[in-house]
Parts: sequence; C-alpha cells; structure tokens
Amino acid sequence: MIRPDAPVLLEIRDLTARVEDQPILKGVSLTIRAGEIHAVMGRNGSGKSTLSKVLAGHPAYTVTGGTVRYMGDDLLSLEPELRARAGLFLGFQYPVEIPGVSNLEFLRVATNARRAGKGEEELDTFAFEDLVRERLQVVQMDPAFLERSVNEGFSGGEKKRNEILQMALLEPLVAVLDETDSGLDIDALRIVAGGVNHLAGPDNATLLITHYQRLLDVITPDYVHVMAAGRILRTGGKELALELEERGYDWVDAELASLERTPAEVG
Amino acid sequence: MASSATVGDLVSQPYKYGFVTDIETEKIAKGLSEDVVRLISAKKNEPAFLLDFRLRSYRQWLQMEEPDWASLGHPPIDYQEIIYYAAPKQQEKKASLDEVDPKLLETFEKLGIPLSEQKRLSNVAVDAVFDSVSIATTYREKLAEHGVIFCSISEAVKDHADLIEKYLGTVVPGNDNYFAALNSAVFSDGSFVFIPKGVECPMELSTYFRINSGDTGQFERTLIVAEEGASVSYLEGCTAPMFDTNQLHAAVVELVALDDASIKYSTVQNWYAGDENGKGGIYNFVTKRGQCRGDRSHISWTQVETGSAITWKYPSCVLQGADSVGEFYSVALTNNRQQADTGTKMIHVGPRTRSTIVSKGISAGHSSNSYRGLVQLGPKAVGARNYSQCDSMLIGDQAAANTYPYIRSQQPDARIEHEASTCRISADQLFYLQSRGIAFEEAVSMMVSGFCRDVFNQLPMEFAAEADKLLALKLEGSVG
Ligand SMILES: Nc1ncnc2c1ncn2[C@@H]1O[C@H](COP(=O)(O)OP(=O)(O)OP(=O)(O)O)[C@@H](O)[C@H]1O
Ligand SMILES: [Mg+2]
Repeated sequence: MIRPDAPVLLEIRDLTARVEDQPILKGVSLTIRAGEIHAVMGRNGSGKSTLSKVLAGHPAYTVTGGTVRYMGDDLLSLEPELRARAGLFLGFQYPVEIPGVSNLEFLRVATNARRAGKGEEELDTFAFEDLVRERLQVVQMDPAFLERSVNEGFSGGEKKRNEILQMALLEPLVAVLDETDSGLDIDALRIVAGGVNHLAGPDNATLLITHYQRLLDVITPDYVHVMAAGRILRTGGKELALELEERGYDWVDAELASLERTPAEVG
Repeated sequence: MASSATVGDLVSQPYKYGFVTDIETEKIAKGLSEDVVRLISAKKNEPAFLLDFRLRSYRQWLQMEEPDWASLGHPPIDYQEIIYYAAPKQQEKKASLDEVDPKLLETFEKLGIPLSEQKRLSNVAVDAVFDSVSIATTYREKLAEHGVIFCSISEAVKDHADLIEKYLGTVVPGNDNYFAALNSAVFSDGSFVFIPKGVECPMELSTYFRINSGDTGQFERTLIVAEEGASVSYLEGCTAPMFDTNQLHAAVVELVALDDASIKYSTVQNWYAGDENGKGGIYNFVTKRGQCRGDRSHISWTQVETGSAITWKYPSCVLQGADSVGEFYSVALTNNRQQADTGTKMIHVGPRTRSTIVSKGISAGHSSNSYRGLVQLGPKAVGARNYSQCDSMLIGDQAAANTYPYIRSQQPDARIEHEASTCRISADQLFYLQSRGIAFEEAVSMMVSGFCRDVFNQLPMEFAAEADKLLALKLEGSVG
C-alpha cells in the first residue's frame, strides 16, 4: 500500500560495497516507507543477496560509500545484532544449519532479544511455548521442528518455513526476504506467501527478492526494482515484473552499456 | 562502520584468577634427592610404610625416562630447578575456620569458593588445597555422622593409617609411569574420601586446588574408596596465578569401587594456560585411574579441561568386576598456544563389562588438541561392550585437532563402536545468530555449549552452569 505521507523506514542512498577487493554494489538507492511491499528482481549474480547481507551487517562485505538510514538512524554503524533488535529482519536465501543448538532455544533467545529491543519484557519458557505454538500456525509447521537443532537436516522448504516462523516471532519493521519462495512446493509457496501477507501491515514494510512472478501473483508488490551489476537499473509498478517475465533480461545489457558510457544518476 | 568482533578477539581472554596471594610460605631448597624425599616425609611425620613407598617410587623414577609419545612439545624440564615442598606458614590445620589465615579465606572467596560457615555452598563439602597443603575442609562433622571420611591425605595418614596402607598405590603403583613415580616419591597433599559399606554420601564432595607459588611443583595425591554399595560424587576444581615461567603439576588420583559401589569424579580444570605466545602456564601431567574392583561397580569420569599450557591426562577405568561400568565424558578446550593430549583408557578385564567414552575437543587460536584413547578387552572380558564418540570443533583456521583411538581386543565378537566428527564454527553460522539479535559472544557460547551438552549433562547440577560459564569466559569478549 503506497501512502506518500507514510514514514520512511529505510532509506538507502548511493550504497557501494565490496567483497575482498571486488566491488559488488555500485550505487544502490532505495526508499521504503511503512506499509509498502517492494520486490527486487534481477539476474543471478546481480547483487541482490549482497544488498540484503550488507543491510543485515554481514562482516564479509565492506561498505565503501553511501548511507543507509533506518528509522532515521545510521544503520551501518550498528552491529548486526542491534539491527535485528531494532526490527530489521533478513530471511536468508540459504539458511544456515547450526548443529547442537536447539531450534526452540534459539527462537526463544532471538525473540527475547527482539523484545528487549522494543522495551518489552522477556518471555519465560512457558510464555514462549504458548507464543511459538501460536506462530507455528502461520507457517503450518509441525512442532517437532522445535525439538531439532537449528535447520539441521531440514529440507530446503522446511528451512524457508523456519525463516518465516522467525519472522513471525520477531515481528520486524522491515523484512528483507531473499528468495524465500525458491525451493518451495506449490502448497508451501501458498502457505509462506500467506504468512508474509498476514504479517504485512500498515506499520511495517517488506522487501522481497525473487525470480518469479508466481510469488508476486500472491503477494502484490507496490514497487518492482530490477537490479543489474550492483545497481537498481529500473523501478516500476507490479507490471514491470510481468514485463520481465515476458521479455527476460536481454534489454538490461543494452541499458548497462549506455550507463558505462555516461555514468548517470540511478535510482 | 559496523565491524563485528572477530573470532580472534574473542578467544584472547584475560585470565581472571591470575592473582598471587602474598603470604609467608615455608619452602625447602629446590632440587630432588633421596634426602628431599626423606625430608618431606619427616615434615609430615609419616609412618614407615609411607616413607618406604616414597623411597621405592623415587628409586624407580630414577630408572625411568620422561615419556615422549604424546603429541606435545615443550622444552626439557629441569627437575633440579623445582621446589618440592611449599606450605603456607600456618602450622597446624585449624580446628575452626575462624583461625585460618584470613588471607587464605579471602583467596578462596575471590575464586568463588567461600569457606566461611555463612557463605558455604549448601550441599557441597569443600577441601581447599593451597600450594600442596590442605587448609580447610568444610562439613566434616556432618559427613562423619554418616561414617564418611573426607579430609586431606596428610590427615588421613595420621588418623586412618590402616586405610591408607591398604589402598594407597594399589590402583596406580609407585612405578606406573614417569610422572606417577615422581608423584609417589614427593606428593605433598590432596584429598582422601572413604565411603563405608552401603552409604550414599549425603552431599557433593569437592576439592579446590590453588597453586600460588611460582617455582613450586604441585604433586597432589587423591584417594577415593567406596565400599560395597556405597556411592559418592566428587568434584575437583583448579586455578593458578599467572607467571611467565612454567609450573609442573603431576598429580595422581586413585579410585576404588567395591561391589555395587559407584564413584562419579568430575573435574573443572582452569589452570593458567600461559599467554598468547605460549609463555608461562602449567604443565599438567596427571595420572587418574579408577578401579572397578567389585561386581556391578561403576566409575564415571567427567572432565572440563580449559587451562594448562600442556595437558597430558588420561583418566582411566580398570573394569575388573563382572558387569562393572566405566564412563569418560570430556570437554577439552585449547586456545592460543595451548597443547592438550588427553583421553582415556578403558581396560575391560571382567565379563560383561561396559564402557562409554564421549570426548569433545574444542581448539581455537594456534592450539593443538588431541584425543588419545585405548579400549582394551582382555581374555575374560566375554560380552564386554564399548561405545566411543569423539567430536572436535575448530574455531578459526589455525587450530589443530587429532584423534588417536586404539583398540585392542581379545574378544572376537565384542561390540565396539567408534564415532568421530569434526566441525568448524563458521562466520556464516555466527552471522546467522547475530542477524537474529543474538550478540556475537553469546552466539559462540550457544554453539560451544550445544557442542558440549552431552558432557555438561553429566556434571553435578551445581557445576554444570559453572562449566558453561567457564567456557564462555575462556571464549568471550567480555570478562564477567
Ligand atoms: N563472499 C563472497 N565472495 C566472493 N564473491 C562474492 C561473495 N558474495 C557475493 N559475491 C559475488 O558477488 C556477486 C553478487 O552475488 P549475490 O549473491 O549478491 O547475487 P544475487 O543477485 O543474490 O544472485 P542469485 O540470484 O543467484 O541469488 C556474484 O558475482 C557473487 O559471486
Ligand atoms: Mg541471491
């Protein structure tokens, strides 16, 4: 839902970042207001996951320029855990397995960290049990997954559901979901999309990274951005996704080539 | 710019127990000779049988060579540079704690081991050993009501000479190995526990070893005897100040379990490990062995090893009695330049004996951590079984982990299972936890305690949380 007067939650300006010596993000600008759903699309390797990880604060990426303001504050100066506590959430493209750490315990510690960030009281084990059981329904997940180690041995789809479960517990203000739809079967896609829709509200915002129109059929984006070679090459409404579905990314090369000739403002 | 702490920052921790207590001590001149052995024995007014045991061990030690088969490296130890007896100048052990030098009480208080009546741990009796000498034992009267003897070895030599003569050196003979022989010749003090027939010890027993002197060797001797049907849970804790020289610690622990008896021996070891370049720290060469002498007896070793520059330690079980059970649960953490070569020996002698080995090695920094274990099934160990699990966790990419399992079986259809695994804490795992609001240190600590859970579950309740904290402290960026 676009409301031009809604508060800005996330404002990315001319963001550049590298991995080791290789520049990956080459000037990304993006403004996200409360209530909005943004979709970011683009070829493999165009920098979508990099953008999401830079926002979350992954230590492998070095920011070389630009600014990111989150709720008016300088996001980039915060440790990753503080970003999370302040309500920024990253649903990983490849959720990590953590053997030996119980999923339930992990979810509880994470939830309480986020609650502390909101100035809310810690939940004890019983109160948390109640909450987690309620939120499991959002993703229709079997409680048995709580007893296992974090993501260990989970199927691809189960890992993605576990991500959405975390999102449901952490109640983020800005959720960046990196290909949460890939690897899901048709039913799971509907469930996960239903969960995302259920959690989206007028006070929060969602940034969906996806390759597929089928997700955007169920979650209607307010904006669609096309990323290429570390920048946002074009921004449009939901029709842009349909156009991409039809035309593919060939036009991108031509546009990139012209950019190389006249380095211009992007975004 | 946001920059996360690196694993390197995290594992270079100041050692919290590195202070030295300024107290007058009585020391003998450095160096080792037959006269020194006689002098130690004389200082303790020992009966002839004990002097004899010491002298025999000493003469055997002279014939032996320092072992070099462990995966350890250290400059040669000059045994003539070590002082073999040091004691705080407080002559007799005091009847009441009020008379103990307040500096000593304060030392233990600082270490988190309050000895004074009001502050004692409610269900744990403590024997506090300071530089080889036991300075106080709590709850003795209450234990005596149950017939349980818990005192220092020196006192036991005076008051229970018969028991000492009967059991000392019967599990670890004076000539067992180089370091055990040395200990047998010069041991200073340690704890003695005796649980009579049919008695379940009413509280946890615990000995806390504190090394204070910089140039003194530490040679404690611990002996625990559980008679038929008796049971006891015993915990040992250790710390030492920071010196940039190395101190030798060569202890011997002997456990004897008769029919249906059970002994659970837990160690939380946190000697000073040396600095990040490997300067200073304790050389920990320890012989620990339990003998399941009786049928259906049970001995369980649990250890959490975090300190020492060098650890050489293989708590073992000799499973003699039919259907006896031996267990070994170990967490060994090494960091910086620490070296650990630790494991166990399960010697199955009797029929249907069973043993379980769970070893968790964590290596960080440039350290090296080896598991070395022997499972041996003798000709009479019909139907014996063993299960071993050895897991290693690497933190950073400079650390090393090795596993050396040895199996010797004279039982063709024995069931011996061995599982091993190695994992590494990855930056992506830590980031994943961080991205959920969990601080870096807590994230490491969660992963490490998850890895150690099978072992921590074996620790007495009061200490499981301690162990968790200790590991966290060894690894965390902030000292609590
Ligand atoms: N840690 C890293 N080390 C080296 N190269 C990296 C690293 N992370 C990203 N890159 C490179 O940066 C580029 C962008 O990668 P990124 O994962 O952001 O792409 P993406 O748009 O998410 O692609 P996909 O659609 O396949 O998920 C790729 O060329 C990738 O190889
Ligand atoms: Mg990606």
